[in-house]
Amino acid sequence: MSELLRQLGRTGLQALGGLGRAHLLLVGILLGLPQLVTRPRLLLAQVFNVGVLSVLIIAVSGLFVGMVLGLQGYHVLSQFGAAQSLGVMVAASLVRELGPVVTALLVAGRAGSALTAEVGLMKATEQLSGLEMMAVDPIKRILTPRFVGGLISMPLLAALFSAVGVLGGWFVGVGLLGVDEGAYWGQLQAKIDFREDVVNGVIKSLAFGFVVTWISLFQGYDADPTAEGVSRATTRTVVHSALAVLGLDFVLTALMFGN
Amino acid sequence: MAQTRTIEILVGAFMAAGIVALFFLAMHVSNLSATKGGGGYLLKARFDNVGSLKERAPVTIAGVRIGRVESISFDKGTYEALVTLRVERDYDNLPNDTFANVFTSGLLGEQYIALDPGGSTEYLHDGDTIGHTQSALVLEQMIGQFLYNKAGESSQ
Amino acid sequence: MGRHRPHTAQPVREPILGTTPRGGSAETQRKAQGPGGHPPLVRVRGLHFARGDRVIFDGIDLDIPRGQVTAVMGPSGTGKTTLLKLISGQLRPDAGTIEVDGQNVHALSRGDLYRLRTRMGMLFQSGALLTDINVFDNVAYPLREHTRLPESMIRKLVLMKLEAVGLRGARDLMPSELSGGMARRVALARAVALDPMMIMYDEPFTGQDPISLGVLVTLIRQLNDASRLTSIVVSHDVAETAGIADRIYLIANGQVMAQGNPKQVEASGSGWVHQFMHGEADGPVHFHYPAPELAQDFLG
Repeated sequence: MSELLRQLGRTGLQALGGLGRAHLLLVGILLGLPQLVTRPRLLLAQVFNVGVLSVLIIAVSGLFVGMVLGLQGYHVLSQFGAAQSLGVMVAASLVRELGPVVTALLVAGRAGSALTAEVGLMKATEQLSGLEMMAVDPIKRILTPRFVGGLISMPLLAALFSAVGVLGGWFVGVGLLGVDEGAYWGQLQAKIDFREDVVNGVIKSLAFGFVVTWISLFQGYDADPTAEGVSRATTRTVVHSALAVLGLDFVLTALMFGN
Repeated sequence: MAQTRTIEILVGAFMAAGIVALFFLAMHVSNLSATKGGGGYLLKARFDNVGSLKERAPVTIAGVRIGRVESISFDKGTYEALVTLRVERDYDNLPNDTFANVFTSGLLGEQYIALDPGGSTEYLHDGDTIGHTQSALVLEQMIGQFLYNKAGESSQ
Repeated sequence: MGRHRPHTAQPVREPILGTTPRGGSAETQRKAQGPGGHPPLVRVRGLHFARGDRVIFDGIDLDIPRGQVTAVMGPSGTGKTTLLKLISGQLRPDAGTIEVDGQNVHALSRGDLYRLRTRMGMLFQSGALLTDINVFDNVAYPLREHTRLPESMIRKLVLMKLEAVGLRGARDLMPSELSGGMARRVALARAVALDPMMIMYDEPFTGQDPISLGVLVTLIRQLNDASRLTSIVVSHDVAETAGIADRIYLIANGQVMAQGNPKQVEASGSGWVHQFMHGEADGPVHFHYPAPELAQDFLG
């Protein structure tokens, strides 16, 4: 019994310790921002790694999600004679929820795990220690650009996902199922509110970008500097990011649309 | 160097694509193109019952949207709903005997305000109140009325 | 091969100290002032360090004299690499002080510590080259980071450093294309790019084939003598290290077991030191991990 309690206590303390280290790391990363302003070129490679390399998977996923929404939505809505509202349904689902959330999950899997592996390997191969011995702060030099790169890329990717998805829904709804083109776009524009829907979606994806890159970088930086440690950290990145994104999504949705 | 150049071009293309997508969502998908911020002028209207009218619902004339519902509040003195409408500046020639109705778009659609212009040569100005209003039709009342009439007919 | 190059250029200057099995601090204190009255470059006093429950250093005193190659040797897991990390300020001791060039490393502000580090080089076991840039850029990295030199000047400096380690021709290769020995030489060129006052070598000989081993041994000695560097070599390769070191510290069980020049350490009477220096399988350190009698185990 006491052994069980001790185990629980130890697990709790470890979790708290990890949380504390993660926040200290975040402070370190944010303190690197002024330095990053003087070296914007460092950012370029990171926007490339997180953003450009994720474009294909994001665009293809967005297209299919939009097409599926078009199909499913049409069958449900046509039962109520409301197929005209297909555009609203597709766009609202994408812009409010699926765009930010699915993008964040895909980025966590595609770019987040890569970030963790990269940073973890740099730690395992003593590159981070090496930088420190060259009197270069590895947090400011290595982590901050990656963090900002992820933060910038996420909303752009989410917007791309939603836009491609709306077009996918249009292709299925208007092109294949014969929903009126004017109704599709007209209802869309009438019902989707810029501030309420689009801006909130962007805020969501910014929050997700923050959390996903933070988790990825922390897991890499905190990984055991061994091959096994790095691979475990990579798994943790995907699991923790997915849970954090979905949990945070609920909180944000409750705050934004809950009243 | 050639590689740096490629990366720069690709990052540039990515940023541009993302911004275009955002712009597309803002202008083509959402209603941003239709709202012109806080422009236009305000009109007031009092209703006995606004039904499920919401803020930001459309205000139309002849089916064309000319503005939005700015706010809905309850007047403690008269037990009426006080609705403030924001009408776009272009439509500044609404006669002062204009009629305001709360309508429902379709059977299950949301409610909006339809203005019906009168014949007066005096126009409404910022802050004026629309005198003639008709409340929202509440489905239960309509059905109740219908049943009452039917009952009346059959008893005759 | 030149791997056992005699170091006649560096006559033994230290008086014989023999072995001090319990890290006799009074004795070390007395010779803290180096030979010519120069204070030692690195002075470690009463160093305690523990990782969790495991005590790694239990009161260690070390002096690294200027301009010499000092070797720190000991069995695996005695914290030799930890010692280098403590000296460079990457780790903080539980007790005791470490002074480098008269400055207490762990009392420095972050900025001062970084300034001190630009005057220290460190060669990591794996080389620790940045894997996403090529050899040239790796060597140029500290120069670009800490100086405002024009690119043409940096190019000349980098080529000079690469020439010194014999890899000028490899400047366009990526680190993944280098052999282990070449990676260490590139890392060495990077470590001396800023002309530091000292270089710390972390296990430079581990896992090297005989040829690159010979190259590294020669390089360490040459670099030390040509640029009046101070070198600290952490290793458990007895023959190679004893071949180039001016002074040796033997560390085990958190204590300094022996110190002095290679001959003195080798001739030391202590059984343990003898076993370590000659690589004997059995001695004070038993071949068998502690266990009950074999017969007992079989019967039980």
